[in-house]
Amino acid sequence: MRAGRFLPGLAALFLLVFLLTPDSFAFLFRPLTRNNAPAIYHQTALLRLTVSHLSIVAIAVIASGLVGIVLGILVTRPRGREFLPLARSVTAIGQTFPPVAVLALAVPVMGFGTAPTLVALFLYGLLPVFENTLAGLTDQPAEILEAARGMGLTPLQRLWHVELPLALPLIISGIRLTAVISLGTATIGSTVAAPTLGEVIIAGLLSSNTAYVAQGGLVVSILAVLIHHGLSAAETNAARAAGRVG
Amino acid sequence: MIELQDLTRMFDGQPVVRDVSLTVEAGEIVTLVGTSGSGKTTLIRMINRLVEPSSGRVLIEGLDAASLPVHQLRRRIGYAIQGIGLFPHRSVAQNIATVPRLLGWPRARIEDRTDELLELFQLDPARFRDRMPHQLSGGQAQRVGTARALAARPDLLLLDEPFGALDPIIRAQAQTDLRAVQRRLGTTMILVTHDIDEAVLLGDRIAVMDAGRIVQYDRVARILAHPETDFVRAMTGGPEGVFRLLSLVAAAEIAEPGEAPGPPVDAATNLREVLSLCLSSGREALPLRSGGRVTLAAIRALAGRGGQ
Amino acid sequence: MMLRPATVFAILVGLGLWLPLVQFKPNRIAAGEGIRLDQALAGGPVIALAVLGLLVLSCIWRMPDRMRIVLALAGMAGSLVVLGHAARSLSVEAGNLARLAPASGFWLMLLGFSLMLADGVARLGPSLPARWLILGLVLVAGFGILASGMLDQISVMREYATRRAAFLHEAKRHLQLAFGSLGLALLVGLPLGTGIYMMRRLRGPVLAALNILQTIPSLALFGIMLPLLAWLAATLPAAGRWGVSGIGAFPALIALFLYALLPVVSNTLSGLETVPRATREAAVGLGMTRWQVLGQVLIPLALPSLIAALRIVLVQNIGLAVIAGLIGGGGFGTFVFQGLNQMAMDLVLLGTLPTIALALLAGIVLDLLIEHVARGRP
Repeated sequence: MRAGRFLPGLAALFLLVFLLTPDSFAFLFRPLTRNNAPAIYHQTALLRLTVSHLSIVAIAVIASGLVGIVLGILVTRPRGREFLPLARSVTAIGQTFPPVAVLALAVPVMGFGTAPTLVALFLYGLLPVFENTLAGLTDQPAEILEAARGMGLTPLQRLWHVELPLALPLIISGIRLTAVISLGTATIGSTVAAPTLGEVIIAGLLSSNTAYVAQGGLVVSILAVLIHHGLSAAETNAARAAGRVG
Repeated sequence: MIELQDLTRMFDGQPVVRDVSLTVEAGEIVTLVGTSGSGKTTLIRMINRLVEPSSGRVLIEGLDAASLPVHQLRRRIGYAIQGIGLFPHRSVAQNIATVPRLLGWPRARIEDRTDELLELFQLDPARFRDRMPHQLSGGQAQRVGTARALAARPDLLLLDEPFGALDPIIRAQAQTDLRAVQRRLGTTMILVTHDIDEAVLLGDRIAVMDAGRIVQYDRVARILAHPETDFVRAMTGGPEGVFRLLSLVAAAEIAEPGEAPGPPVDAATNLREVLSLCLSSGREALPLRSGGRVTLAAIRALAGRGGQ
Repeated sequence: MMLRPATVFAILVGLGLWLPLVQFKPNRIAAGEGIRLDQALAGGPVIALAVLGLLVLSCIWRMPDRMRIVLALAGMAGSLVVLGHAARSLSVEAGNLARLAPASGFWLMLLGFSLMLADGVARLGPSLPARWLILGLVLVAGFGILASGMLDQISVMREYATRRAAFLHEAKRHLQLAFGSLGLALLVGLPLGTGIYMMRRLRGPVLAALNILQTIPSLALFGIMLPLLAWLAATLPAAGRWGVSGIGAFPALIALFLYALLPVVSNTLSGLETVPRATREAAVGLGMTRWQVLGQVLIPLALPSLIAALRIVLVQNIGLAVIAGLIGGGGFGTFVFQGLNQMAMDLVLLGTLPTIALALLAGIVLDLLIEHVARGRP
């Protein structure tokens, strides 16, 4: 338990130091290089790539989070109920679409660069948030909603004071899924020239420099673990606040 | 005949069952009764070696249970538990046929046996054979579970709180049915329960367990009449104690010649029911269908003597 | 007025009719020009009006779901047929160099009709055989349209025609990657999942390791496999003889296998854990041996969960196998990344469309299978 509490902090600290002074870790990656190839990627600063990687993911996740939650709320209101079966099957079908394919298909419409990556991440990220919002809002104990109605709460008050707090843990877990998937998928964005950490990995693949592949992968993995950890903690808090032992 | 000799089981250095010796005569029902944590479940699980004894041995018809491969031993011993544990992916007939199939019985014999057991437990084979477990009521599932345990004509049937999941009315019926089935088949049974009334109703003998030991083992009437320790007294006695005693005695046993008003009762009716009828109908005596009568005074006298 | 799904479909398809149906390029390099349905075909205006009429009708009159499904299927097939015809008649005028690609209008129409189909099926909740029938119909119609040559003038199909052999080869490779890694994952994951079910102490470490594996971005995992396996093959000659190699499809196969392990192991575990304690106890108490308990009780009861793992892994691996194209592992990804490099979108489509179709097909077929297995259970 104890190590579990320290580990994320240590990982974050390591990541920060590595990104600020990557060269001091060159000795770690040297064994992976051949023919005196550079051990640390320098074409673009790792820190800058990390920041832009995270910004792209953040923008996409926030956008898909907002839209996903609003859509989830809309189709569970009486006026939107007509769309519920459709929404369910669209999310089920949508999740079978490979992320790489979504990315590749965005290129003809948006051209190369950050835009297709953002769109692909946004579209792909919508599904987990939407699906979990839906699950959170539909699987609520009927007696709680009855009680809320019986106490004279308006539909809007019921949504705000009862339904959303109860659904929050699931919604956050949807955002967590979206964030972790987006973090990985954003690396593939480099194949369509988005400035993400995938650039380091692809440079490694093109020049057969394993050190690049490893450091790109390492940074993304640590980020994924940290984000997973942070959002899991938020989920537990929300679950506790909703009166469920998480 | 089943003999338990000096059975002890330790868990984490603590004895859960200590030095238990017990002999069960063939064709009898022994009920093991005790509070939760008294070791009664561990004790019967040592008989089919779901729990291996730390020391001591189990003899079944003189054969040491430890000498058989464990799965072969279990196929000779029926086992029915509180959760019933029907296999949800198999039909009623397939569930009942589990052990015969493991033993490699021919198909026709299995089918005959399955139908025979279904009829014995009052489940119409044509209707129930192909049902799936989730299509059964609680009482039906319990009966199928017991039928499954009896399928390969075991020497011994172990029942661990078999009626624990049933509601009171169905439970009473299930107890009566089990008693009837046992009378017909003559199977030796050991039944674990925490309910003294169930132990009294079903048992030929009762073994009372406390803190891993058997504190008293005797015929039901003797346990009720002569509890040997405070624990047994607390378990069997209390405000209900006298009624339990009366429930063991049939009306015919204290019948006397004479007349009494009102509708008659069977000679086999137990005195607890007779008493209840007397009180509720405000009569001093009830007539027996076979002639003669039972008086309140006689019941009171019997209760005063402790059932003797 | 309340917004209804029918209205949304009508708006989508209507927009599709109004936007360009095909993109016309006089040659592969020239800038494209969008052409609408009514401009592309002699009968175009009539068809467009008829479809619009039907759509308006579907908004006003609440059509039975059955009819809506038929309309959607007809609409999907119709969009393809209209596209093919438009391309054919345009190519006759423009000559062989011209490139005709499906444009936004076509995609919107297809989207509108497929949503209509999904909605109709979800609402009607047809029986399992009926759903198999609809799936079969869509497949037969799709292949029929492709085989009829109706779409041969569409640029993707022309790319296909010039690379037929390569396409078939990569298709085979893609399937080998997806199914091969699935097979490996089952071979290792089922025993591993069963093992940690029985040995509780190993659960934490095994699941943690597999979870960490899952956080490695696919691109990096594929990349690491190249030198790792090359090194392995070089240091262990026996491994080389068993097919271990740092080039070709093998690294991709191993990367996909590693990604597939977590779903297989965790679903095996959770499937086995759903078996009620009483059921397990009863099986042991009745005298089943350890293997009989596993084979006759635990695995049959965990089956729905195992098939769910199959679905997750297959769909995931069909998609991820595209990355293999980036490390020389073959598969449809080869076309995708070639296309992206050469800015040849027709080539990108040649890679992505079959990938999406395969993933969809795998998802739908396994969903139907899951329902079959789940039937007759509480």
